[in-house]
Amino acid sequence: MAPRVGVVVFPGTNCEHDVVEALGALGGRAELVWHRRTDLAGLDAVVLPGGFAHGDYLRPGALARFSPVMGAVSRFAAAGGPVVGICNGFQVLTEAGLLPGALQRNRQLRFVCTTVPVEVCTTRSVLTEGAEAGSRLRLPVNHFTGSYVCGPDTLAVLRAEDRVVLRYLDNPNGSFDDIAGICNEAGNVVGLMPHPERACSELLGSCDGAVLLRSMLGAAARVAARVPGGGWPRPSLSPGCGGSQPAGARRH
Amino acid sequence: MRFTARVEVQLRPGIADPEGATIERALPALGFEGVTHVRAGKSFRFELDAPDEQSARQRAEQLADRLLANPVMEEASLDLVEIGPEPAAAPGRVAGARSRL
Repeated sequence: MAPRVGVVVFPGTNCEHDVVEALGALGGRAELVWHRRTDLAGLDAVVLPGGFAHGDYLRPGALARFSPVMGAVSRFAAAGGPVVGICNGFQVLTEAGLLPGALQRNRQLRFVCTTVPVEVCTTRSVLTEGAEAGSRLRLPVNHFTGSYVCGPDTLAVLRAEDRVVLRYLDNPNGSFDDIAGICNEAGNVVGLMPHPERACSELLGSCDGAVLLRSMLGAAARVAARVPGGGWPRPSLSPGCGGSQPAGARRH
Repeated sequence: MRFTARVEVQLRPGIADPEGATIERALPALGFEGVTHVRAGKSFRFELDAPDEQSARQRAEQLADRLLANPVMEEASLDLVEIGPEPAAAPGRVAGARSRL
């Protein structure tokens, strides 16, 4: 049975159909999840797609964090379920404290809309477990608030625990350490600014996003196959990553 | 008692402020020479009811920290003014000095 993926729709989200289309073409069963839903039972993975959740008022993601669905997303993530935030979804995950750091206005104060090369930095996330470390992908970026910032301690932790998932080869927005995507300690929550769902057809200029979404579907399939009551399968950690985030820390 | 709160949110020192820098660079062309250290930010104003100034300040600070500012990159400061027991009371005194959150 194909894994079921919930694609969360906030008021102002606008990339949900791209994600549903791309996941469907790759063999997943994707369905839209309205932001007022509080139960994600039956889903094997969750995607927070791009757009302008709640109009991006205050800060991108600042209000979406209080949407009813986010409590369920947090529980789903804490139980080890794959959660991927793309672009605005990445902003929501940082605002919700599911990923450290924040996204700031692009350094050059210009909206970027282009296709950029990125490097896969680790395969220990649900989004990259099927990719090759060191491989290069061409992915579209489309954002005004995509410059990743965090404190020096957080950056050290991200590096030490191998949690930088993707790096820009030609930084388009001034992100710290060329970071295009990161994951949580367990590797099951991933946020990235590029749009893999828009790079799943040669007609759109690149198929390089497919390897990422296929990875997520693979992780979702493991969830779908889990033994009832047997807990969630977790991606294995790289050797030597013994550090951990301070418990209860909201932001870093 | 009712209070008026004004919260100012600015980027933390050390976090790049391209908006402030762009404004600063534009000023000489408009004839404003000698203006430096321009920082862009946001300002919020709201009213709240609380039994006393201390609890009003505490709630306003929590609100600013949980929602109005993202502590990863921003910091907030609060101005609190008591406007009297009734919402429609005349402008009142400054209840306390500006505090850093």
